[in-house]
Amino acid sequence: MAALVAVPLLASAAGVGKGILLVGIPYAAFAIFLGGLCWRVVGWARSPVPFRIPTTCGQQTSLPWIKSAPLDNPSTGLGAVGRMALEVLLFRSLFRNNRAEIYDQRYVFGDSKWLWLGALAFHWSLLVILLRHLRLFVQPVPAFVLFMGKVDSFFQIGAPALYLSNVVVLCALAYLLLRRLWDLRLRYISQFSDYFALLLLLGTALTGVLMRYGTRVDVVAVKRLAIGLATFQPVVPDGVGIVFLIHLLMVSALAAYFPFSKLVHMGGVFLSPTRNLANNSRMKRHVNPWNYPVKTHTYAEWEEEFRDKLLMAEIPLDEAKHD
Amino acid sequence: MTDNRHKIEQVPPRSDWRDPAVEFRKGTYCHSAGAKYVEALGLPNPRDWNPADADWKLPSDWKEIILNGMAERLERFRSFKLFMDVCVRCGACADKCHYYLGSNDPKNMPMVRAELIRSVYRRYFTPAGRVFGSLAGGRELTEEVIKEWFYYFYQCSECRRCSVFCPFGIDTAEITMIGRELLNLLGCNINWITKPAADCFRVGNHLGIQPHAFKDSLEFAADELEEVTGIRVDIPIGKKGAEVLFVMPSADFFATPHYYTLLGYMSLFHEIGLDFTYSAYASEGGNFGLFTSHEMMKRLNAKIYDEARRLGVKWILGGECGHMWRVLHQYMETMNGPADFLEAPVSPVTGTRFENARSTSMVHICEFTADLLYHDKITLDPKRNDKWSVTYHDSCNPARGMGLLEEPRYVLKRACNNFHEMPENTIREQTFCCGSGSGLGTDENLEMRLRGGFPRANAVRHVREKHGVNLLSCICAIDKATMPTLLEYWVPGVEVAGVHELLGNALVMTGEKERTTNLRGEPLQAAVPETSPAEVVHG
Repeated sequence: MAALVAVPLLASAAGVGKGILLVGIPYAAFAIFLGGLCWRVVGWARSPVPFRIPTTCGQQTSLPWIKSAPLDNPSTGLGAVGRMALEVLLFRSLFRNNRAEIYDQRYVFGDSKWLWLGALAFHWSLLVILLRHLRLFVQPVPAFVLFMGKVDSFFQIGAPALYLSNVVVLCALAYLLLRRLWDLRLRYISQFSDYFALLLLLGTALTGVLMRYGTRVDVVAVKRLAIGLATFQPVVPDGVGIVFLIHLLMVSALAAYFPFSKLVHMGGVFLSPTRNLANNSRMKRHVNPWNYPVKTHTYAEWEEEFRDKLLMAEIPLDEAKHD
Repeated sequence: MTDNRHKIEQVPPRSDWRDPAVEFRKGTYCHSAGAKYVEALGLPNPRDWNPADADWKLPSDWKEIILNGMAERLERFRSFKLFMDVCVRCGACADKCHYYLGSNDPKNMPMVRAELIRSVYRRYFTPAGRVFGSLAGGRELTEEVIKEWFYYFYQCSECRRCSVFCPFGIDTAEITMIGRELLNLLGCNINWITKPAADCFRVGNHLGIQPHAFKDSLEFAADELEEVTGIRVDIPIGKKGAEVLFVMPSADFFATPHYYTLLGYMSLFHEIGLDFTYSAYASEGGNFGLFTSHEMMKRLNAKIYDEARRLGVKWILGGECGHMWRVLHQYMETMNGPADFLEAPVSPVTGTRFENARSTSMVHICEFTADLLYHDKITLDPKRNDKWSVTYHDSCNPARGMGLLEEPRYVLKRACNNFHEMPENTIREQTFCCGSGSGLGTDENLEMRLRGGFPRANAVRHVREKHGVNLLSCICAIDKATMPTLLEYWVPGVEVAGVHELLGNALVMTGEKERTTNLRGEPLQAAVPETSPAEVVHG
């Protein structure tokens, strides 16, 4: 008799638990991600940019016969857009990186492109991987996603074919983590959040890779779940497996953590006043919305104070005051 | 003989940056501002105090003042707010700071310098920091932290080199500027900044040179120039209706080697017959308000436009100075404009309209002179600079806050026969600070200045050994004031000069007498090295 009551109760409790894990948590995490990111970006945008302070990294636009650097020191809005594009898509500033090393009692500055390469490899492969995931959320799968998958598995290594982006993202993450541990300067400044973000990303990527190349995962079930989530008609499929669950929870943790951590640099980079403004402050007046009058030492006050000295030195006094 | 001075060690940091304890060691910090100067500017908490003392005599509500000050600035400056949030501690900036390279103090790595204030921001202004505290990178605000801020925000010269390399453009200069503003709210300022600011406010220039003495210095300069050239130049001061107001850093008329640059300006203006005027009221282009607070910057800057308006000039020409041009280029018209009482600058000699300065109506002397040279309006005899093998040090502010890179080089290459660039990672937008910028060029701070200037001196040493460079030219008054000491220590045998000193040497003036000396009064050619006894013996 007791069993007759207990079994359905347990079953429904298990069902509710699964619903929370597969639907509730992802929705909550995604809501926190969107809401939090908006809150951050709006927060930044609400603070004005009182002064035009681009960091100029090349020749200014001045005399017509002097060649200016339109992307590293733009003087037009279009140039600033170009500068931002280089910054966001190719990490222009990081590309300048060099390393100061003591050699023969002096500093030499050798090229150091590894950080740039590691960062670029990580961010681009992450983007590719995110876009590839669209095949789970959209039916029919968009052509560009299929195409991207084909290019990504171009070398046809193994079955299922190895995605290059998976290899790249793991290598890049490993590099970014190892340099934090290896480079003593970085270890000095690295905080809990730096490692936490990297480990979450690494865990997410590893479980993802494991599902594709290691343990089998029921893709049909996962896709049912994904489409259900995307169309706001959530279903709780059976048999998605423990690895998938861990993957999903890590993604959710990452999404919810995002707005409150350094990961918001994704949104912030677009608002950086040293990069997104044209260097045209002598061509066009920039207005400070909170500009307020200040106490100055006016010419009249100054002339009054130094009148004797000015007369003695025969420096002309202001005619209006001197009659 | 081995020279141990050049042995800068790269020891990896071991300590914990969260520990705010600072040892105020003589030679690495600046004296506190005298109460009378703080009072003269109406700044808070004037008192006698010493950074090395345990008791800084802070106001009792100091913590509230700082937190309110931070809240206000987070609302006013997107730069500040954003730079508090977006750093990922990638480390690209770490070895870009000259103070870090010269001192090996890990808190001089730009990301750590910013973290000193960022950790307080996290603890008091972000949800994660409020809840998780140090786990989220937060730090309690204590008096120790204020002392740490003072030490390290007066160990940053706001040179912006780190910001060139930051993938998000985080500018430590912005953070230092805000940090110093906050310290100023508690009356924690340094004398080498506050005293010149107070003198500039009341008298008109950093050394407090009064109008009659100002005129005397200029006339004395005219006397010296007459001795060299045989030509007497005019000294128009406060001349109403002149076409151009000329503003220079005051060091140009009271310090050497700046002084020879002034002689250069004077000969140039005379030769082209420029209708211009000096001003005793706006007798300072430099602005130590930039190193105090945005408000103080505006208060000191106001007199340039006020004087231009009063004198009825058409436009303004500015002399050689670094931070002065940061203010003129990026702040002046926003703060004290619009400059609608002026005209877009047009060179009276070439007819060139300076489109890049059409709104602010202020032109850099190097832009002006480069234009003259391009149009062949003046004649130069570069042989007169033949005793010099010249390199050019890009001053931080014109390089990274403006992009004035080619104009001075164009002038130099026309005025000198021997010109050699320093290595590419040490010039142009990657230039290294002299180590004394942003008000830190005071003598009690000498050790830190020499350390901070080490990377720059290093590059000079390279061209000295490779090309025999014996003169470093620059367009910054702080450089001219502090680099002779720096170079004497690290690279003896290299002197410092302004670009317009070299121009003045080379300028062929109508009706001049035959020149036997340069503007310094030295023979035009280097003395023939005496044959050493050793060489005679060994043939």
